[in-house]
Amino acid sequence: MHSLAEKIQQEFPNGFVKAVEWRGDIAVIVKREFLHDIAKYVHDDPDMDCDYMVHVSSVDWPDDEERFEVVYEVYSIRKRHRIRLKTRVPESDCIVDSLTDLWKGADFMEREVYDMMGIRFRHHPDLRRILMPDDYTEGYPLRKDFPVQGKGWRDTFEFLSEAQ
Amino acid sequence: MKDTTTKQVLDDQRTTIYKVDPEHPESESLPTLRTEELLLNMGPQHPSTHGVLKVVLELEGERLVKSTPVMGFLHRGVEKLAEDGTYHQFIPHTDRLDYVCAMYNNFAYCRAVEKLMNITVPDRAEYLRTIVAEVQRIIGHQFWLGTQALDIGAMTVFFYTFRDREILLDWFDELCGARLTTSWYRIGGVERDLTQGLIQKLRQFLAYFPPKIDEYVVFLEKNRIWVARTKGVAVISAEDALSFGLSGPTLRGSGVDYDLRKYEPYSAYPKCEFSVPVGKNGDTYDRYWIRVQEMYESVKIIQQCLDQMQEGPVMADVPSVTLPPKERVFTNLESMIQQFKLFSQGFDAPPGEIYCGTEAHKGELGFYIVSTGGGKPYRLKIRAPSFIHMGAFDYMSRGYMIADAVTIFGTYDIVMGECDR
Amino acid sequence: MGLIQIGRHEKDGQSDVIVTTLERAVNWARKGSLWPMTFGLACCAIEMIAAVSSRYDMDRYGAGVFRASPRQSDLMIVAGTVCRRMAPVIRKIYDQMPEPKYVIAMGSCATSGNIYDSYSVVQGVDRFVPVDIYVPGCPPTPEALFDGILKLQERIMQKRVFTKQPDQVKLKA
Repeated sequence: MHSLAEKIQQEFPNGFVKAVEWRGDIAVIVKREFLHDIAKYVHDDPDMDCDYMVHVSSVDWPDDEERFEVVYEVYSIRKRHRIRLKTRVPESDCIVDSLTDLWKGADFMEREVYDMMGIRFRHHPDLRRILMPDDYTEGYPLRKDFPVQGKGWRDTFEFLSEAQ
Repeated sequence: MKDTTTKQVLDDQRTTIYKVDPEHPESESLPTLRTEELLLNMGPQHPSTHGVLKVVLELEGERLVKSTPVMGFLHRGVEKLAEDGTYHQFIPHTDRLDYVCAMYNNFAYCRAVEKLMNITVPDRAEYLRTIVAEVQRIIGHQFWLGTQALDIGAMTVFFYTFRDREILLDWFDELCGARLTTSWYRIGGVERDLTQGLIQKLRQFLAYFPPKIDEYVVFLEKNRIWVARTKGVAVISAEDALSFGLSGPTLRGSGVDYDLRKYEPYSAYPKCEFSVPVGKNGDTYDRYWIRVQEMYESVKIIQQCLDQMQEGPVMADVPSVTLPPKERVFTNLESMIQQFKLFSQGFDAPPGEIYCGTEAHKGELGFYIVSTGGGKPYRLKIRAPSFIHMGAFDYMSRGYMIADAVTIFGTYDIVMGECDR
Repeated sequence: MGLIQIGRHEKDGQSDVIVTTLERAVNWARKGSLWPMTFGLACCAIEMIAAVSSRYDMDRYGAGVFRASPRQSDLMIVAGTVCRRMAPVIRKIYDQMPEPKYVIAMGSCATSGNIYDSYSVVQGVDRFVPVDIYVPGCPPTPEALFDGILKLQERIMQKRVFTKQPDQVKLKA
């Protein structure tokens, strides 16, 4: 196993689930409750030293029990290594700890994940929709059960009748 | 200049209201002065050229107290559309992400899919890709310089940079048929080779261009107005910049030399000698200087690539993934069938996930692709630098004046196509 | 094509008397000084900016003065993808423009939605704003935009000024 994944496994044997290395990328799957602690370790530990947040995204696996997967990818400028932290949440309880206290850039990125997939982040300073309008009621666009052409919002123009 | 006393002044005055003294209502004392913040909407349609972005500014006089960017006016649902088509069909979508620098988006996407499929691109194709990517970098920085100068007020620079940009756009037109949204890169290589005429024109341009950069710079470098409007404006420290996830010239202005071309070299960059300009103060002037220096460096890279390039194929020979050459498609039946299959059903991607980042003009443009096998991506996430830079806008703009808000848009080099996707 | 006949003195060719109808003169003035509004939404905006800059100079057609405010402009070039979130803004700005006003839908996204058949893109700006000229292309080159503006100028020359526009256009039998 890669040395970074081994370190995480040693520090957090309860939270570590699996490590996958493919095409040169290291992904570590962790349990949801330990996500914030592992992220703090990855940020603060002098050997890991991951100070740059690359991206936060989410994947929808509708056939699985734990439907949503939240992915955080971080990079270390000084050590030049990259690591991906992944965790799964079920649809009924899709809440994850926010990492905005560690990386300020996670703010907008987590808002986008909330907007597109519906996953909520605990302790986020300003969790609201970012790309869709605030009062968008049709759901969360990137879920697999949401049709590409939407549910009719794009063709209704209620402001026209107000104007005329 | 940044005003750090704004917040204190604000707190004292916010609670002062018009009131008559309740203990002595008969007294003739004047009501106290009331101040409150002004909410100004810098709406989605505004004269600055950076596209449809709305920012709600809270102002104390002329100073910005808080700015809330409101995005999504150009949200086209590109990530959802990616799941609906094959990998090859997504290439034109990538053009329209950062529409000022279309070739680089194609490059970043093709690199990501090649990493997923584990394809090696032939040498000549790598050189061609690097050459065209650096030409696109010059075009992008010329556009940036012209519009930044126009926003701040120096109109002449705008006309000069656009004049020279047209020469390169004609070159693109001859190369692939389009000026702006090009789609010349393909998965596994490039669409077609450069002709001798194009190479000759490019060499002529490389001789013509560096004095032109001096021409643009002479208007701005020592101009008192430019220096006053850019020095000390939108300063951000290196740690904050890293924490926000800034990249590209925005990060390098603060002293961090993070450039993916040097940190994780790809394509023909390891074979070229070039330097990465890094700023000191983290202000707008440094970021402007970095982008101008990058134009000089791009000229160097293109020169070296043209000299080192050897003959060879321009597309990897992996028939199950890469497209056949266009001439053969119309004459050979197998090639036509291969082309049809690749576009309608797609190639069979292995299950797995990758992330691949590339140093585009604005910053690190990355694609996170999750594949479950089959011809269509299961999830395609675009790591867009403009979106992430908008996250730092509020932090960067506190204490500056309204007029600086437009400068800050420009120095971050925000393009809404990429920000909203 | 709708030009004003200038009368010339037969003896020495000096221009003497201009003979035209008032309607044509008004239309000539309107078409020669179209003031567009900066309404670039996406990629087509870059080509629109290129159309105004050094090489393709839109100012020689009179349409080079881009006003930022809708109250001072009479041409709205909708350049770029129209997203549903932006639609009320476009309509509001269209309503704020004074008559006579014209709309050019520049690019395939404004004409019909282009490749973005997704949940947030309106399939054409003519769903909520009346459009005069459609300029297809992705993006249309500046020359194509000029073609659109020149066709708009021809259309303006055909409009009636002091009488009502006809409900139907009768073709000559």
